[in-house]
Amino acid sequence: MAPTDHIANESLPTKSGEAFFQGEKLMGPTTVKPLLSEKEMEAELTRIAREIVAEGTENVALVGIRTRGVPLAEWLAKRVESIQHKSIELGSLDINLYRDDLSEVSEQPVVRPTDIPFSITGKGIVLVDDVLYTGRTIRAAMDALIDYGRPRFIRLAVMVDRGWRELPIQADYVGRKLKTTADQNVKVMLKDIDGVSQIVIKRQEA
Amino acid sequence: MKLSTRHLLSINDLSRKDVLTILQTAVSFKEISERPIKKVPTLRGRTVINCFFEDSTRTRLSFELAEKRLSADSSNIGKSGSAMAKKGETLLDTIRNIEAMRPDILVIRHSAAGAPAQAATATRAHVINAGDGMHEHPTQALLDLMTINEVKGRIKGLKVGIAGDILHSRVARSNMLLLKKMGIDVIVAGPPTLLPVGVEEVFGVRTCYDIREALPELDVLMLLRVQRERMGEQFFPSAREYARYFGVSNESLKGCKDDLVIMHPGPVNRGVEITADVADGPRSVILGQVTNGVAVRMAVMYLLLGDGPSE
Repeated sequence: MAPTDHIANESLPTKSGEAFFQGEKLMGPTTVKPLLSEKEMEAELTRIAREIVAEGTENVALVGIRTRGVPLAEWLAKRVESIQHKSIELGSLDINLYRDDLSEVSEQPVVRPTDIPFSITGKGIVLVDDVLYTGRTIRAAMDALIDYGRPRFIRLAVMVDRGWRELPIQADYVGRKLKTTADQNVKVMLKDIDGVSQIVIKRQEA
Repeated sequence: MKLSTRHLLSINDLSRKDVLTILQTAVSFKEISERPIKKVPTLRGRTVINCFFEDSTRTRLSFELAEKRLSADSSNIGKSGSAMAKKGETLLDTIRNIEAMRPDILVIRHSAAGAPAQAATATRAHVINAGDGMHEHPTQALLDLMTINEVKGRIKGLKVGIAGDILHSRVARSNMLLLKKMGIDVIVAGPPTLLPVGVEEVFGVRTCYDIREALPELDVLMLLRVQRERMGEQFFPSAREYARYFGVSNESLKGCKDDLVIMHPGPVNRGVEITADVADGPRSVILGQVTNGVAVRMAVMYLLLGDGPSE
């Protein structure tokens, strides 16, 4: 897939939400509570990698869900490879075209390329995402994936499961499982995107 | 992500940011056409009507495929079967009747300049100009720019030549507007009778009568079809004479840059504006333009619908 980064050397507008500490000054103060450090994230990913290797990685690939699932899947692949001393296939998936709320959001989400450089038919796929919340992203990801072929199985690995499911979807590999309130926001930050790897829980004061 | 315009009637409707957004989205959409299952559910339930009041093969098919690959429901109105042509209905009445059936997007091609803009006054749907007379063909210019960016890896600082029948060409008009908007240097060339009066002042382009004068500095050369259906015989003596003096062959490309790219919006008149060895040669990206057309039209439809369902 040709990179889009060349387009006129101008940065394209991204949807808000990337600006983590900005743009929220109009409301009350935000409390930020650290949950996991980079070291602890690495430990959780190593544990997940061991579980994936134990269940067999023959003809299995990792597919990260954009945006934060992609660097997370890369990180997880490194852990898997350091355990089994063998590489594992890696892809990335953009699920925006499969969202169930396209008619409800006011602006179309930015669509980024999907890059799955292998046939998924007959292959075991481990989807990787940062936070499991309503389950709607995962529903969309499964639909998107199946448009590429018929995988042998689809499993799900997430860094944080924060509850509040709206669909019957569960993760097979979980970094941390949390009870959260609706006004909390679990933010998985990754070096490639945010400059620092850590997980925090944000809460907006009324 | 949304565009600053409700309709795509002219390149002038788009801001620079809109153009970059469309190109970026189109690059993502291009991958869908490479899949075994070339379809995503994104525009499920949306209705698109293709109103082609003037003949078209490529553009119509390109729009239809773009609609199908996004899962929109689409219907077509052709030139011959429409009540307008046969029974004397006016364009506005036709559009009002289509409007009464609640479409979300109208794609309009018409032999009269301004027809899509007029249609836009009679519908709540988004209107896309698929070519109106000698006015504009904005999605063609966007797919050309996408192709240039893809091949050259950049846009800024390039020099693009547009050669042939500039006067009758809506593709040339949309491209001059778009390329200048994006900071590209444009040189247009053609026989004096086929260069519009005042083109330098209006579009900010340079002109010459023989593209070979500008050839050494060009990164891209776009050739235009000689549009005999829009002209009488008075613009040049014969197709053979045109081919001899203004047609592009490997011979006339001597002295060009090594990485010069040849483009053509189709349909190609082999042996008139371009020889077969150039059209089929290694510099030609003519079929790549066609591939990108589907992706660009998918992107435009996706982004135009970005302000929610039409009221």
